[in-house]
Amino acid sequence: MARILAPGTPAPDFTLSVTPDQKLSLRDLRGQPVVLAFYPADWSPVCGDQMALYNEILPEFQKYKAEVLGISVDGSWCHAAFAEAQHLHFPLLSDFEPKGAVAKTYGAYREQDGFCERALFVIDEKGVIFWSYCSPVAVNPGADGILEALENLKEKRQSHGELEGSRRAS
Amino acid sequence: MANLKVPVGPADHTLSDEHAPVTLVEYGDYQCPHCGRAHPVVKALRKHFGRQLRFVYRHFPLTQIHPMAEPAAEAAEFAGANGHFWEMHNAIFENQPSLSLPLLAELAQALGLPSEDLLSALESREFLPAIKEDFLGGVRSGVNGTPTFFINGYRYEGLNEFEDLVEAIDAELLSAKTQHRRAG
Repeated sequence: MARILAPGTPAPDFTLSVTPDQKLSLRDLRGQPVVLAFYPADWSPVCGDQMALYNEILPEFQKYKAEVLGISVDGSWCHAAFAEAQHLHFPLLSDFEPKGAVAKTYGAYREQDGFCERALFVIDEKGVIFWSYCSPVAVNPGADGILEALENLKEKRQSHGELEGSRRAS
Repeated sequence: MANLKVPVGPADHTLSDEHAPVTLVEYGDYQCPHCGRAHPVVKALRKHFGRQLRFVYRHFPLTQIHPMAEPAAEAAEFAGANGHFWEMHNAIFENQPSLSLPLLAELAQALGLPSEDLLSALESREFLPAIKEDFLGGVRSGVNGTPTFFINGYRYEGLNEFEDLVEAIDAELLSAKTQHRRAG
């Protein structure tokens, strides 16, 4: 398994296609948590595919104001067809050209296979990796780790806020 | 990371003895073909283990890929509120290939439940919160697809075939007995 970037590391910025004619940069999402989910390929043949699961959990992620991004080496046309077939409501990024370049910067590329690891990153509001996890490639890592990380991030922010003496009206 | 976070409680649909030494929890989706195939397996397990095995079913509908999964789960909850959860549960799985709103209405009618009551419960989404609660509990427990089984709180990672599940449950029965002997 590749060695993925550890918590505390600034998340490498990138600009990738999110649709055939639209791009998205990580830095545009500063100020909110980002869930970056690298996965091997669109069209995984099982029910309860990783992206389908995150799609169901979107309302939970939104409670933490987190933006979820799927990312694989599939091209944007492929992503578009996959997202339409699965009714996905979050962006899928194409790490397509040069292939896997972004995945490599996160240590989440499988040279031997030519596709991404199942690697998860929760990035904080300042663009620093708060939590990361690499699952065996055949195992859908689920969402429990991500939700726990988002919860911990929220708690950290709150306790930090209290330390600074900021008062929150309840 | 993958143990059952929500213990079995009074809100659950359970079959067999609450003091059974082994509890099998399934997170399932009524429109998932893998769950459809697991249904007769669970039935066979219950027959095989009798009162030694308690079975719990929780909802994990993947609504975006299975548009009938959530209405079906709501129909099961509706029947459950009228004391017929398991009849509806079985009927849905047994008719999975033809799952539709008219079918759910028909199944309700067959249980003596007015189909208009079911349709109005579906419309008001009366049972949706209970289903969401199951779903989110599943997510927190690391459920990543369906069916996912937990045996005495531990996630079962094997194949969803009768022999494989029997082996896993037998192992749990054995360890339950050993612990019992130690405690006694």
